Amino acid sequence: MIHKKSLKNIAAMSLVMIMGVLLFISPLTAAAETNYKAKNVQKYDEQYYSRFKGKDIEINVYNWGEYISTGEDGMMDTNAEFEKLTGIKVNYSNYETNEGMYAKLKSGANSYDVIFPSDYMVSRLIQEKMIQPLNYDNIPNFKYIGKEFLNPEYDPENQYSVPYMWGRVCIIYNEKLIGHKISSINELWNPEYADKILMFKNSRDAFALALEKLGYSINTENKKELEQAAEVLKQQKPLVQAYVMDQIFDKMQGNEAAIAPYYIGDYYVMKKVNPDLKVYIPDNTNIYYDAVCIPSDANNKEAAEMYINFLNEPQVAADNAKFIMYSSPNTEAVKLLDDEIRNDKDLYPPVEDLKHTQAFVNLSEKTNLFVDQLWTDVLSQDDAYLDWVMPAFVVFSIVVILTNSIRKKRRREIGNGGEKK
Amino acid sequence: MKWYSKTYIGVFLAFLYLPIMILIIFSFNDTKGRTFTGFTTKWFVQLFSDAAVMDALWTTIVVALVSSVIATVMGTAAAFGLEKMDAKLKSVVMNLTYVPIINPEIITGVSFMLLFVTAKKWFATMGIDFQFGWTTLILAHITFNVPYIILNVLPKLRQLDHSLVEAAMDLGCNPLQAFLKVTIHEIRPGIMAGFLMALTFSMDDFVVSYFTTGAKHQTLSVMIYAMTKKRVSPEINALSTMIFIAVLAVLVIVNLLERRNEKKLKQVSLKGKDGAAQ
Repeated sequence: MIHKKSLKNIAAMSLVMIMGVLLFISPLTAAAETNYKAKNVQKYDEQYYSRFKGKDIEINVYNWGEYISTGEDGMMDTNAEFEKLTGIKVNYSNYETNEGMYAKLKSGANSYDVIFPSDYMVSRLIQEKMIQPLNYDNIPNFKYIGKEFLNPEYDPENQYSVPYMWGRVCIIYNEKLIGHKISSINELWNPEYADKILMFKNSRDAFALALEKLGYSINTENKKELEQAAEVLKQQKPLVQAYVMDQIFDKMQGNEAAIAPYYIGDYYVMKKVNPDLKVYIPDNTNIYYDAVCIPSDANNKEAAEMYINFLNEPQVAADNAKFIMYSSPNTEAVKLLDDEIRNDKDLYPPVEDLKHTQAFVNLSEKTNLFVDQLWTDVLSQDDAYLDWVMPAFVVFSIVVILTNSIRKKRRREIGNGGEKK
Repeated sequence: MKWYSKTYIGVFLAFLYLPIMILIIFSFNDTKGRTFTGFTTKWFVQLFSDAAVMDALWTTIVVALVSSVIATVMGTAAAFGLEKMDAKLKSVVMNLTYVPIINPEIITGVSFMLLFVTAKKWFATMGIDFQFGWTTLILAHITFNVPYIILNVLPKLRQLDHSLVEAAMDLGCNPLQAFLKVTIHEIRPGIMAGFLMALTFSMDDFVVSYFTTGAKHQTLSVMIYAMTKKRVSPEINALSTMIFIAVLAVLVIVNLLERRNEKKLKQVSLKGKDGAAQ
C-alpha cells in the first residue's frame, strides 16, 4: 500500500515537472516571432564575418550585467545577431564590479575572450600583462571611434582597448522635493536634506566625490588628503539615507530620496519614470570609460576581435547605447540615435565641457588597501544605540537563564523534599 | 483560535509572503520601476527570448538535479557505512560530515576554486584541457549536498527494525532482495527528504557557484547578482513568479495526494480491525 502511495507521489511530481517544462517551452515558439526584425536591413561585410562559419568556434564573453542589448523593445539581441552572422557561438556571463572581474581573471579559473573593464582597470590589466595588444587589421570599425576618445590616458596608444561606453558622474536630484536647482557638489553635504541623500556604495566613487569636494585630484595617493576625504565622508554619514548601487533607481523614482550621485546614463532611465528629476554635473567630475579588451589567455583572439568589430558596427553600437543609455564613443552610431538623445548636452557634451573632468587611473596596491581601510572605517561608524543594545541583550539573556535554572533547582529541591517526607 | 494567535499567524504569513506577492505584482508592471504603471505580460515573452536567462535557468536546473541525484546515492551509501561503523570512528566521520554545513560558504567556494585551479594546471601538464564548467559546478554542489542526505537518512536507519530484514530473508529473500525490498523501502522518506533538501540548497546556492562556475555557463543566482550594478531586469521577476507558481503547484498536488492516500489507508485499517473483530 505505502509502496504504491510513494510511487504515485513520484509520478505526480514528475508530471508537474513536465508540465512546468511545457509551461516554459510553449511561449518559446511565440517568442521566436518577437525577435529583432532588422528595420533598416543591416549591411555587414559578409566576407569578413563569414570567415569562421562552420568551424565550430566559441568565444567566452564576460560583461557587466545588463550591459548589452538583449532584444528588448524591438532592439537588437546583440549576441544572437552576432551568432547568426558569423556562426561563432557566444558564451555570455556577467560580473558586477571591476574588482570581481579582476579576481576571476587573476585566479586563472576560466579563460575569457572578451572583457569590458573600466578605465583604471584597463591600465591595471596592462601593467600586470593580463590583456593582450589588439590587431587592428581585424577591427576595421575602429575608424568610427571619435577622435577625442583615442589614445586615452589609461591606454596611451589604444594598443589594448577599444572604448565601449563612456559617461560622467553626475548629481541627480528631485527638484520638487528640494525646491530649487542645484549647482554645487556641497549640496550632498547639506543638512537640510538629511535622510534624503543617497551615496555610492563603492569606495572608489565615494572617495572621488569627497576629493572633488575638497578640490583634490581623484587619483591622489597622498595619505593626508585621503584621510581628509574619509573625514568628509564621515561627516556626511549621519545625513545619508542609504549607501546604494542599483537601489538608487527605485529610491529616486519613488521620491524616497531627493539627491544622489550616479552615472549620467542612468539618470535618463530614472527620468523616464519620474520627470521631477533633474541633474547637475560638476565641472571637475569623474569621467569614466568602459572599454573592450582581450585577456592574454584568450582561446580565440581573432574571433574575439571579430566580436569587438561587430560591437562597433554603427547600428549595433547605436542599439547598445540606446539600451544602456550611456554615451557611445562611436560617432556613426551617435548619428543613428534619436535627436533628443543625440543633442543632449549632458550625454553628448561639447569637447570643451570635458576640459576639467578627471578620469580614474590605477592606484598603487598600497593606496588601494589604505582606501579600503578608510572606507570600512567610514561604513562601520556604528549608530549610537548599537553601543548599548548588544550588552543589554547579553545581560538580559544571562539573567533569564540564571533565573530559569534557579527556579528549576528550587522546584527539584521541593520535589525531593516532598519525596523525603 | 484566540484573536492574538490569529494576528500572530497573520503577521507571520504577511512577513513571509508579502515580498513574494509584491514581486509577482511587479512582474506584470509595464515599466521597470517600483511604481505600478500598467498591466503587461511582455516580461514573460521577453524572458523566453532572452538566451542568457534561459541558459542560466537551464544550468541551474541541470546542476541541481544531477548533483542532488548523485549526492543522494552517495549520501545513502555513506549512511549505511556509518551505521555499521564502531562508535569512535563514527563520531570522527560524523564530525567531518558536519564540516561542509558549518563551514562558511565563501571558504568552501574559494577552496574549491583553488583546488580546481590546481587540478587544471595538473591536467594541463598531462596535455588534458580541463575547463571550469559543468564538472566543477556539479562536483562542488555534490560536496555540500551529501551531508544533508546523510543527516536525513541516518535517523531513519536507526529506526529501522533489523528483525524485518531477517524476517524477509527467512521468508526466502536473498540479501540483495531484502535490502531493496525492505531496507530501502523503509528509509525512503528520509532519502526523499534529503533529496529535496539537496535540490533546494543547490538551486539556492550563490557563493560556491560564483567561485566554481565556468566561462560558458552561469547559474541564475550568479547572473542576478551581476545585474546589481545597473538594475535587476523585470524578466527576473517574471521568472521568479513562474518558479514560485511551479513550486506551489508541486506542493499542493503532493499534499492532496498524500491526504487522499491517508484516508484510504485509514479505511483499510478500519476494515482490517472490523475483520479481526469478527
